[in-house]
Amino acid sequence: MTTHTHELIRLTAAEMAAKLRAGEITSVALTQAHLDRIAAVDGGERGINAFLHVSAEEALRTAAEVDAIRAAGGAEAEALHPLAGVPIAVKDLIVTQGQPTTAGSKMLDGWMSPYDATVVTKLRAAKLPILGKTNLDEFAMGSSTEHSAFGVTRNPWDISRIPGGSGGGSAAAVAAFEAPLALGTDTGGSIRQPGAMTGTVGGKPTYGAVSRYGAIAMASSLDQIGPVARTTEDAALLHELIAGHDPKDSTSLTGEVPALAETVRGAEVQGLRVGVIKQLQGEGYQEGVLARFHEALDALRAAGAEIVEVDCPSFEYALGAYYLIMPSEASSNLAKFDGVRYGTRVLPEVGPLTIERVMGSTRAAGFGDEVKRRIILGTYALSAGYYDAYYGSAQKVRTLIQQDFDAAFTKADVLISPTSPTVAFPLGEKDDDPLAMYLNDVATIPANLAGIPGLSVPGGLSEGLPVGIQFLAPIREDARVYRAGAALEKLLTQDAEPLWAQAPELAETAEAAAHAAGK
Amino acid sequence: MTDTLTDASPLSFEEALERFDPVLGFEVHVELNTKTKMFSSAPNAFGDEPNTNVNEVCLGLPGTLPVVNGKAVEYAVKLGLALNCEIAERCRFARKQYFYPDTPKNWQTSQYDEPIAFDGYLDIELDDGEVFRVEIERAHMEEDAGKLTHAGTSGRIQGADYSLVDYNRSGIPLVEIVTKPIVGAGSRGPELARAYVSAVRDIVKGLDISDAKMERGNVRCDANVSMMPKGTTTFGTRSETKNVNSLRAVEHAVTYEMRRHAGILAAGGTIVQETRHWQEGSRTTSSGRPKSDADDYRYFPEPDLVPIVTTAAWVEELRAQLPEPPADRKRRLLAAWGFSEQEFRDVVAAGLLDEIDETVAAGVSPSVARKWWMGEISRLANARDLEPAALGVEPVTISALNGLITQGRINDKIARQVLEHVIAGEGTPEEIVTARGLEVVSDDSGALTAAVEKAMAENPDVVEKIAAGKLKAIGALIGPVMKETRGQADAGKVREIVLAKLGIEG
Repeated sequence: MTTHTHELIRLTAAEMAAKLRAGEITSVALTQAHLDRIAAVDGGERGINAFLHVSAEEALRTAAEVDAIRAAGGAEAEALHPLAGVPIAVKDLIVTQGQPTTAGSKMLDGWMSPYDATVVTKLRAAKLPILGKTNLDEFAMGSSTEHSAFGVTRNPWDISRIPGGSGGGSAAAVAAFEAPLALGTDTGGSIRQPGAMTGTVGGKPTYGAVSRYGAIAMASSLDQIGPVARTTEDAALLHELIAGHDPKDSTSLTGEVPALAETVRGAEVQGLRVGVIKQLQGEGYQEGVLARFHEALDALRAAGAEIVEVDCPSFEYALGAYYLIMPSEASSNLAKFDGVRYGTRVLPEVGPLTIERVMGSTRAAGFGDEVKRRIILGTYALSAGYYDAYYGSAQKVRTLIQQDFDAAFTKADVLISPTSPTVAFPLGEKDDDPLAMYLNDVATIPANLAGIPGLSVPGGLSEGLPVGIQFLAPIREDARVYRAGAALEKLLTQDAEPLWAQAPELAETAEAAAHAAGK
Repeated sequence: MTDTLTDASPLSFEEALERFDPVLGFEVHVELNTKTKMFSSAPNAFGDEPNTNVNEVCLGLPGTLPVVNGKAVEYAVKLGLALNCEIAERCRFARKQYFYPDTPKNWQTSQYDEPIAFDGYLDIELDDGEVFRVEIERAHMEEDAGKLTHAGTSGRIQGADYSLVDYNRSGIPLVEIVTKPIVGAGSRGPELARAYVSAVRDIVKGLDISDAKMERGNVRCDANVSMMPKGTTTFGTRSETKNVNSLRAVEHAVTYEMRRHAGILAAGGTIVQETRHWQEGSRTTSSGRPKSDADDYRYFPEPDLVPIVTTAAWVEELRAQLPEPPADRKRRLLAAWGFSEQEFRDVVAAGLLDEIDETVAAGVSPSVARKWWMGEISRLANARDLEPAALGVEPVTISALNGLITQGRINDKIARQVLEHVIAGEGTPEEIVTARGLEVVSDDSGALTAAVEKAMAENPDVVEKIAAGKLKAIGALIGPVMKETRGQADAGKVREIVLAKLGIEG
């Protein structure tokens, strides 16, 4: 691997785009540099394992197309999307024609979608080479990417630790310079929490801002696709690309996509009212996390922001409500995986072959423990006689949380909290304690329950590991979280290297060395 | 069931009604004839190759999302209005969850506690003119399931060698119309059942929201029957006979279930709450699966869809578009056409009300229109094993044929030939008459007179009789004249010429 390659992959997506436009680099070279990086750091026992599938040929084909269009010049070159030629990774929960989609589950091992998700259609139209599909907790159920049927993803900051989840693959790929951009999905924090754990930027758009068509549903009323990047500007560029009304998604919002990248470039916080959520600090939050959080508040205050405290009393019930609504919807959404039409089919080892028994043995063998846990929980919560007490009550809590946010946003323009109560924990630490794992999402879940936008930006290190700072804004006010996030990013990097640039060098694997030698 | 009490012989219909009163209830599923499916853009069509009218949405593939077909909502509102229902200002879909391979998502998207239409009624006219009001509980929207075909002798999924599934039907829009319990029908129960389903069929046909063919399953009836001892008011346990797909079968199924329930109850047994299957051959029902009110479908609001909102203005706009209710229309046409009750019933039974109405509108008298449709067109259709309406005969064709006859340019017999040529696609009656030279032989060239003269010369005895005043004998000359003119003579004209020749005043 050449130094040049190293330099290329450490550019931001915006810088890559500028160099492509200026003709200083080609998309093929840029794409190949990332493919080389993936080959160098992703595989092997100590590899990151961010990718479940790498699609070198397809990515290079798209890259070559972009290069050819640029070389020819003229109207077609002019019409290229600003991110054309910048490679991207896609969370393997999002369906792609021509590349497998597994959702991190044995259930879909080997399945090829006959259609593209709307966001993928947009990536293809904008000609971003799709490098491959990234690892995740099975069906996005988890906060550590340990629940993938295809192995854990490691945190580039410390490969003995989790990268967060469920979108650990996308976050780790971006943090490890395997991709400048990635798509994630966020149901309870699956973009933002891995962002915090890996020192990257993760955005959860307003519910409905980005089409969910083609994102394999976990909890339909909470799921949202969003950008993963190393800078707020890159996240904003990707957010703008994937957002917009989609007639194939009935819950998709209409209206203009906000000019987020422009917001990022001019971001400052003079006069911005930043609300500190009383309930999202203190007990359960690591000291180091709180220290970085308070430094962030100080920086914002010094830059002219007005820091106020807001009270969100119903947040106490958010986790409980979330762990009823999410499994209820998931139990229904995952019913279609029965081995009848597609995906894995497992026949019972003994006894007659009836449809019920084949469905049963398929689901018993195809789903992992965490998925089964949530299906059972959700099935119970939706059962006759329990519906009102569980699902019904949880929906009421959801309304209360929305009201808390409404009240908070009369006092503040944006809200702020640590993204996650802790830094990345060691692999395997919470294997036997699902509840402790669930607590990791305590700060991110309220935004999903209320449908509001959120953004996690790097807030420094604690014990050598990244800490994330989360901003929240009212529905359709995605620009506000980018404004505040970009301003904080600027404040924290004016005298220091950006966090992502401080990550330790990763060892290149034996396979990668062999690969490089063979070239 | 091994319990003898549930196997007791059915009572006769009369015996059953001496001791019990029936309580009925109907769930009629109507397949809407929208171009596309309820939640996907896949075509809604019948009879195509299996699994061709499908896309990723109606196959429920991972990641897909439903989008409501606006036309289907419009049709459901129209149907609700025609059933005299209230229309919900806001309603939602729900997921009805159960694992079965005909439902690709393992849930059916349906409406649960928020139907689009509710609290309506239909006044059903029985054969003797008595009107019985059936109250409608609700009419809700949902999607159809795929179609399973079970290989092997069992004919069911249990014990099948294998089962095939065709998802062409999966996702076709349905409206399910649910009645309130119908009490007091007594011995008219079976007749009411048939008349009710027939009325619903006529309504959806009149609204043009369904192809309304029961034999294709466009209109399907589940009949709920229970019996309660005379003089009591507590409903008995009901059975639900599924998918009864003809009017006659609905009537027979209700009859049989009333008798079966009465037999069991009279023998001191108890009715098992279950679904029943209609057996057309034996005109009986057989046990299906047990069904309890506690069947847990784990309903919850469909999170992938937003609520449907109907504005009052839109509903009123649709109400204004409603056609005349079928029952009112029949009464009006009966009076306007002057048919006998029997003639009118025959027309209705033949399904030719619309065709005759349109033919009358095209300028043909009702009796002539009836004669054509019930006569020649029905005969031609029968010969081709088709419904008369399916022959493709346009009202304007009948009007044109009738015009040619009145003008004396063709006779009835030629007109029937012309009709066959029209059906064969040779053109309009006018074109066919011209192209084939079928016009009645006029006497411009003297050809008809020559033919008459020839016939008279060859049949002097007949001429003699006519001359003697037996005018009926002219008929004996018409045959030979027709033969000479290859059928193209006008019988009236022949008569005129004969009389003129003999100097007799016509």
